[in-house]
Amino acid sequence: MAITTAPTASTDRLTTIWETSPGLYGILASVDHKTIGKRYLVTAFVFFLLGGLEAAVMRWQLTRPDTHLLAPEVYNQLFTMHGVTMIFLFASPILSGFSNYLWPLMIGARDMAFPRVNALSYWTFLMSGIFLYSSVVIGQAPDGGWFAYVPMTEQAYSPGLNMDFYALGMIFLAISTTIGAINFVVTFFKLRAPGMSVNRVPIILWGTLSASIMIVFAAPALTASCILLYFDRRFGMHFFDAANGGHPLLWQHLFWMFGHPWVYIVVLPAIGLASDMIPTFARRPLAGYTFVALSTITTAILGFGVWVHHMFATGLPQLATTFFSAASMMITIPSGVAILAWIATLWYGRPVLKTPLLFMAGFIVLFVIGGLNGVMTAPVPFDWQLTDSYFIVAHIHYVLVGINVFPVFGAFYYWLPKMTGHMLSERLGRWVFALMFVGGNLAFFPMHIAGMLGMPRRIYTYQAGLGWDTVNLITTVGAYVFAVGVGLFLVDFFRSLRHGPLAGNNPWDGSTLEWSVSSPPPSYNFAVLPTVRSRYPLWEDRLGEAPRGGGAAVPVLDDGRETFGTSALDSDPEEVLRMPDDSLWPVLVSLALLILFYGLLLSLWWMAIVGVTGVMVLMVGWFWPSRIPTRETALSPREP
Amino acid sequence: MSTDVRNPYYDGYVGVAQIRSFQIRPTKYVSAIYIPIAPQHVGRAASVGALLLPLIAAACAGAPAIFGTHGLAADRIALLGWVCTIISCVVLGIITILVVVALVRRRPARASSADDRIEHSGHAIRWIVIGGIIVPGVTLVVTFLVTLVIQAEVANPPQRPVATIEVTGHRWWWEVKYLGVGPSGSVVTANEIHVPVGQPVRFELVSADVIHSFWVPQLAGKTDVIPGLRNTMWMQADQPGVYWGECAEYCGLQHTHMNFVVVAESPAAFQSWMAQQRQPAARPIDAADADGLDVFRRSGCGTCHAIQGTQAQGRIGPDLTHVASRSRIGAGTLPNTPGNLAGWIANAQALKPGSGMPTMTLSARDLRTLLAYLETLK
Amino acid sequence: MAATALLDRLPVDRADARSPGRWGMVLLITTEASFFAYLLFSYFYLASMARGAWPPTGVPALQLALPNTVILIVSSGTMWWGEVGIRNGNQGRLRLGLLVTLVLGLTFLTIQGVEYSRKTFTPASSAYGSLFFTITGFHGAHVFAGLLMNVVIQVRAWLGHFTARRHLAVSNIALYWHFVDVVWIVVFASLYLTPRLG
Repeated sequence: MAITTAPTASTDRLTTIWETSPGLYGILASVDHKTIGKRYLVTAFVFFLLGGLEAAVMRWQLTRPDTHLLAPEVYNQLFTMHGVTMIFLFASPILSGFSNYLWPLMIGARDMAFPRVNALSYWTFLMSGIFLYSSVVIGQAPDGGWFAYVPMTEQAYSPGLNMDFYALGMIFLAISTTIGAINFVVTFFKLRAPGMSVNRVPIILWGTLSASIMIVFAAPALTASCILLYFDRRFGMHFFDAANGGHPLLWQHLFWMFGHPWVYIVVLPAIGLASDMIPTFARRPLAGYTFVALSTITTAILGFGVWVHHMFATGLPQLATTFFSAASMMITIPSGVAILAWIATLWYGRPVLKTPLLFMAGFIVLFVIGGLNGVMTAPVPFDWQLTDSYFIVAHIHYVLVGINVFPVFGAFYYWLPKMTGHMLSERLGRWVFALMFVGGNLAFFPMHIAGMLGMPRRIYTYQAGLGWDTVNLITTVGAYVFAVGVGLFLVDFFRSLRHGPLAGNNPWDGSTLEWSVSSPPPSYNFAVLPTVRSRYPLWEDRLGEAPRGGGAAVPVLDDGRETFGTSALDSDPEEVLRMPDDSLWPVLVSLALLILFYGLLLSLWWMAIVGVTGVMVLMVGWFWPSRIPTRETALSPREP
Repeated sequence: MSTDVRNPYYDGYVGVAQIRSFQIRPTKYVSAIYIPIAPQHVGRAASVGALLLPLIAAACAGAPAIFGTHGLAADRIALLGWVCTIISCVVLGIITILVVVALVRRRPARASSADDRIEHSGHAIRWIVIGGIIVPGVTLVVTFLVTLVIQAEVANPPQRPVATIEVTGHRWWWEVKYLGVGPSGSVVTANEIHVPVGQPVRFELVSADVIHSFWVPQLAGKTDVIPGLRNTMWMQADQPGVYWGECAEYCGLQHTHMNFVVVAESPAAFQSWMAQQRQPAARPIDAADADGLDVFRRSGCGTCHAIQGTQAQGRIGPDLTHVASRSRIGAGTLPNTPGNLAGWIANAQALKPGSGMPTMTLSARDLRTLLAYLETLK
Repeated sequence: MAATALLDRLPVDRADARSPGRWGMVLLITTEASFFAYLLFSYFYLASMARGAWPPTGVPALQLALPNTVILIVSSGTMWWGEVGIRNGNQGRLRLGLLVTLVLGLTFLTIQGVEYSRKTFTPASSAYGSLFFTITGFHGAHVFAGLLMNVVIQVRAWLGHFTARRHLAVSNIALYWHFVDVVWIVVFASLYLTPRLG
């Protein structure tokens, strides 16, 4: 690629154009993808710590048999909030954080396609998190498990506000997730730098793109099921009420039509992060780029065809379960492709054992365990034994910790220097990895055994003599070791902000565009938007590949906030896109949504109407053109 | 309660002749694990297994383990389970070795340290196609075929079931009804299911409220109990014993304490148990017992509980006609001893918070006579 | 200089069917369509699980629903007519098209309200009632949202914001309106016609 430097006058001008306004207004009105990305990361990490705290309390209770420190209603709220927090408020948003921060830098753009939608997505995520956690403050947190099976979660059996918080909170969060996903899809297809055709994008783009497309199709299933639940609870409807023509399994179908794709939604971008980190440390381009990209898409498609494997014990016809059993086995093939691609990359490369690579190695092993213990539940009869036992708890933790948390922590060590400008400590990083890897396996591996010993999930205590004492003791020890690892990471992070060595542009000798700019990057990302000629722009010279096709010299876009709009597949420049200025609409809309959802929660209909009206009025303001298009000529002065 | 490893559903149990003779079956766990993963066969997987063995051995004593099976269906599923587990251990072993070797193996030195060439080296695509597609594909097809065979095997019992038992899941206990028995057409009990050894029995599973899941790990896989549906399953115990059963689907506050036992006994013993259960409750034989029945009546116990042969016909809680013949109270919460029963009546909410059993305020004398009466209900 | 040449060649905010705004609307419609697909899945699932007649309250009458369907289809036509107008720079035709569409949409909602008031069942009387009112209600809410967008675009049309080349907002809400129309056709076929098949 051609890294063109711009004259200082030009960068000064760009800074003036792109810098977020100072003060409180700037904090609330910022639409900078880097700011939003960092906010996503910090907020999601806070939820990770909250979820971890909940886990720590639960593990204390389960360390020994017949412990009654926690009342059952407290324990039930804890495990539900732990699941909801980790799955919805951490695993997905943390990846949105990375994607938000990295995408424009990786594709050579100045922001996401819809910067204000991006801000709305963040604010709505934050508000829905606050909404969900306000239930904890009043002691009525959701207590029906993260998949909230009806009819236990219906008004008749759960009269408090607990499950209303759940149903409304999920709908609220789905708004954030959906608009965020739409933003990623459009950014992928419209904002890539000239020359970055679809076969040249970093794998994280494929991962987040696949996940985002899945969200577009899957999130409405969650919204629909939670709306129906709310209607049942609040208005006495009968969707899930067997006595009045409803059916409890309708919930399970709708929920898992969403829920199984969701598993891939929280791992595909993480797999993408890994696929982009591994080549840097293997000192070799990713083996089988096309295979890995296609495996991501294949997983996304197959992910919609396996939901029934959560329901093998519900008495469905044998033929139906057999079909879904086969589909559930098939979906491991794309994962196998990715794993072998990473191993081949490492095998034929010259690996440099830095902390991020340690996390990647750990991730591959944990991914394999999380895949294998998942496919062990695909054979229907064996699933009858394993489902709803602690084996499933082991499985979901290997999936989420192995395929989400490990890539994320590796990514922290890899990309935080880009964000903060300071390196984290290699020495502490190795300790963090060791503690998390050993602690994680110590915590989660014995859960397989507990399940095989017949321990059901979601019990708040267990009797002595059932043979479950030892495994639970080990699990608790492992959980605390893991927690120490996370704590040490926090120490390392805060230490690095002051004392970490300066990162420079490209501390790891990475190959992708984000490493071509300063750490942290300037507000406008690139003074001169890059033109891309290969998959590894910063390695081109050393790969000895003749640049494929020359790039046209590119102008400095400094006539207001601008970036290139390019064609969907080939990335030919098509237009100059005007990007919005700082805006208060996003935060105001999400506040109006918060009012709406509290109105719905408390049956304060006037409040709900205020919220809805607020959203509508604000949207009109949002979409009212600030540059009146009658000044058509002024808008496109350069048009022929 | 003492903390040493004992069978919880046998522990502290006194006074019921029918069950005293049972021994808890030792699980086949330890012997089973040695056979399939002998070191010479699976190398690394075995060493993983060997590391886990002491853990498993120590932990499994008395556990209702899915590999410590004593029933036809569970045996076949355990075989499938071993196939899956061994394949998984082998795959995990291979991948772990590959990752470690890939990280540490020696590379040919480069001519100069300044040489930072980056190359598309090696036969990477071959790895992906063979290791990522062909090998897993073949393994999965084989696993799937084994699955189909075993699924067909356990779909139906080998012979006509000798009894049909309707099990109703309540929050948080199990109502057990033997269908087609006795003059009234059924025999009702709770949280304890007697079955004849070596003969399949059929279960019809219904729910009185929310979704539960019926699971006896050592005898069969679980089947969900869903309102509006009547799911069926079968099981056959092959050795006499007392097997731990659980609700496996989270069903609310006391999901934890929604257990039961399956008592497998010789067909003759089963028949005599059935004959006894068909009888109405023992008539009070002396004034003290009659007093106890009177306390039962005055305290309103009959609103929820039934005692056949008396006016108490409540259907909300467990049928108490033969309560003294059962081994546990509170759906597995406590052994059925007079002391525990007294504690349960006086303060069930402390023992199982949220359970349907209210705290009964009885005078010490009333409680004693009530207990004495209940102890006669064998 | 080559750089300037590229800039000369590129329009600023082309705002046509290939622009990000259009992609955004298409994706919004995709996710909304999925939402209705899940609602209709719920309808057919509960119908297939029902014991006894479906719908339990009798097959819904067509007297109001059929004319209403025609009204909505016609409103899609008027929307299209107006959009073609602005594509040719005809401001008057755009305004008229939007206005007629608005009136037809309001008529649809009114008739829907009348049909609701004539129903002998409520959302709380049975699962069928819950399904009927929830599915048609959510569709109605989408019609309402479409009408609000119509009003805003209408005001902008009267202010002369749109030209033959720049009218992406019009195209987007027109697309949304056609989507609302198509959803109704599917909902109508599912709720009113399929029960007549058996």
